[in-house]
Amino acid sequence: MQIAWTAERTPRGTKKPLRTRIWDARYCYVLMAPGLVLIGMFSVYPMIASWYYSFFDWSGISQAKYFIGWRNFSELVHDSFFWHAFWRSAWFMLVSTPVELVLSLLVAIVLNERALKLAPIYRTLLFIPVVTTTAIVSIVMSFVFAAFNGPVNQVLQGVGIVKSPVDFLGDHHTVMWTAIGIFVWKWFGQPMIYWLAGLQTIPQELYEAARVDGARWWRQVFSITAPLLKPFAIIITLIVAVGNLQVFAFMQALTNGGPFFSSEVMELYIYRMAFGASGSAAAQRLGYASAAGVLFGVAVMLVAGLQALALRRVRADRAETS
Amino acid sequence: MTTQLLDRQQAGAVPVRRRSRWRRPGSIRRLITYVILTPICLVWIYPFVWMMSASVKPNGKVFAGLGLIPTHWYFSNWTEAWEQAHIGRYFINTVIVTLSAVAIVVLTTATMGYVLGRFSFPGKKPIVVLLAALVFLPQGYTIIPIFDLITTLHLDGNLFGIILAESGAAHIIQLLLFAGYFRQLPRELEESATVDGAGFFRTFFQIFLPLSKPVIATVVIIQFIASWNDFLIPLVLTLSRPNLRTLAVGIYTFQGENLTNYSDMAAASTISLLPVIIVFLFLQRYFVEGIAGAVKQ
Repeated sequence: MQIAWTAERTPRGTKKPLRTRIWDARYCYVLMAPGLVLIGMFSVYPMIASWYYSFFDWSGISQAKYFIGWRNFSELVHDSFFWHAFWRSAWFMLVSTPVELVLSLLVAIVLNERALKLAPIYRTLLFIPVVTTTAIVSIVMSFVFAAFNGPVNQVLQGVGIVKSPVDFLGDHHTVMWTAIGIFVWKWFGQPMIYWLAGLQTIPQELYEAARVDGARWWRQVFSITAPLLKPFAIIITLIVAVGNLQVFAFMQALTNGGPFFSSEVMELYIYRMAFGASGSAAAQRLGYASAAGVLFGVAVMLVAGLQALALRRVRADRAETS
Repeated sequence: MTTQLLDRQQAGAVPVRRRSRWRRPGSIRRLITYVILTPICLVWIYPFVWMMSASVKPNGKVFAGLGLIPTHWYFSNWTEAWEQAHIGRYFINTVIVTLSAVAIVVLTTATMGYVLGRFSFPGKKPIVVLLAALVFLPQGYTIIPIFDLITTLHLDGNLFGIILAESGAAHIIQLLLFAGYFRQLPRELEESATVDGAGFFRTFFQIFLPLSKPVIATVVIIQFIASWNDFLIPLVLTLSRPNLRTLAVGIYTFQGENLTNYSDMAAASTISLLPVIIVFLFLQRYFVEGIAGAVKQ
């Protein structure tokens, strides 16, 4: 019964035959099986199946598929809606991630101060949007930012900052910026907690010593906080960046991709192609949507892979020099 | 690990004699912090306050001025929304889906994390590489095959399809948390378990799983937020089955059908958001510790 973990202890040179090692580890496989089956069914299989579907003309789940080779892809390359959605998604992530990270870090540093007695209350209030249902919050925010007498516009007009109401979500110039702002508001609390967790691993004595040496606040931030937070920064950036690519619920409920597709990010584009604008079966193009998903997925994974390589490179360099 | 985050801040209340020298400049800065942070935090939760206020106003008055306290309390909006938006049913659906998904994800990520964190076996490397590749897999990319798979397996007639599809997304962060935690536990645990005659599975379920309580708490919280928020999978899987909708999807479609009924919409949103906010306020300590646990490993 105890063989499974002795397999590991066998010295490298005296490797048992593969079949024996597999048999020895049989309980490992059994224990992992439920998880692996689920991931296989709903993550790995869909990834491969998307490739397969992307070569078909397929207009509905119950409809027949027609093999058309690379035609979906050649059409996509010339589809300006696709490219706009593609770059909009990338842009959304590239803008929202640093904004979210930097702002939450600043607030976390402030809240981490021991003497700030109200810090737990601030932390709680800032975290509330995170636990609320994204799609519902988005709808509420579409009211708050409504052009016709929405509370934000009432305040702006009341204070006299703008003369006529700003159509935050109905104007293609402002919609993406407004969306990013609301998005950062919604998820801000999460990296804030991550940063706080990181900050609390830094011993307070370091700051006290720095203060005795006469270091000012910003000096402490740059010379103590920043370097000691670096290991946390990598994982936090990764978590936030991955999350900021998954914006379907947020954007679909906030703008529905509008006005006139000007806030249509990649996931919304795929959804519209696959299930029709309003979920109706009228314009389903599942093969075409799969092809779009494949192209986008490959791009994302390429970027992520390059990042991982770069990270490994940096770490290897650092290991050499130190 | 579990209490540090709060203790640190509560400890701030105890004056440290050594620091009294720095009290004056510090207190001015603190005052500035309060003056800046308090309004920001009030603005931060303003949308929710506005929503609750709008939920008890007549529809015509929702956008008529900034006053938050209504002259009359129209709780009829709430009963209307409750009935018309089928919130009761959606709420139960959401609870079932979330609880099941959380249970399944905790179990699958714990078992996989245990095996990947503590053992080496043939095929480990391909599995790790595959899982790493799934980290950045966008959800929109896989939704069509998932929809097709659920339909083909005839799981689309009940909540089971939604639960399975949500649980089967690659929960890599949760998995890494378990793997990292199990990896650093001492080998003696297994040895003494073996001496006591416990087999592989008993060792895991009776010794290692109970030891990983802090990680379980983290994973429960992360997964709870994720499942409660999930939208794309339940939306697509309930396109033709309104009675299976979760709250997020139900409210979304309710808005699509009642575009100008703002007060009912606000009431429906309030009914569905308030319970979570209240639960969070009571259990916030666990939420915060749970979220923080994700980067503390």
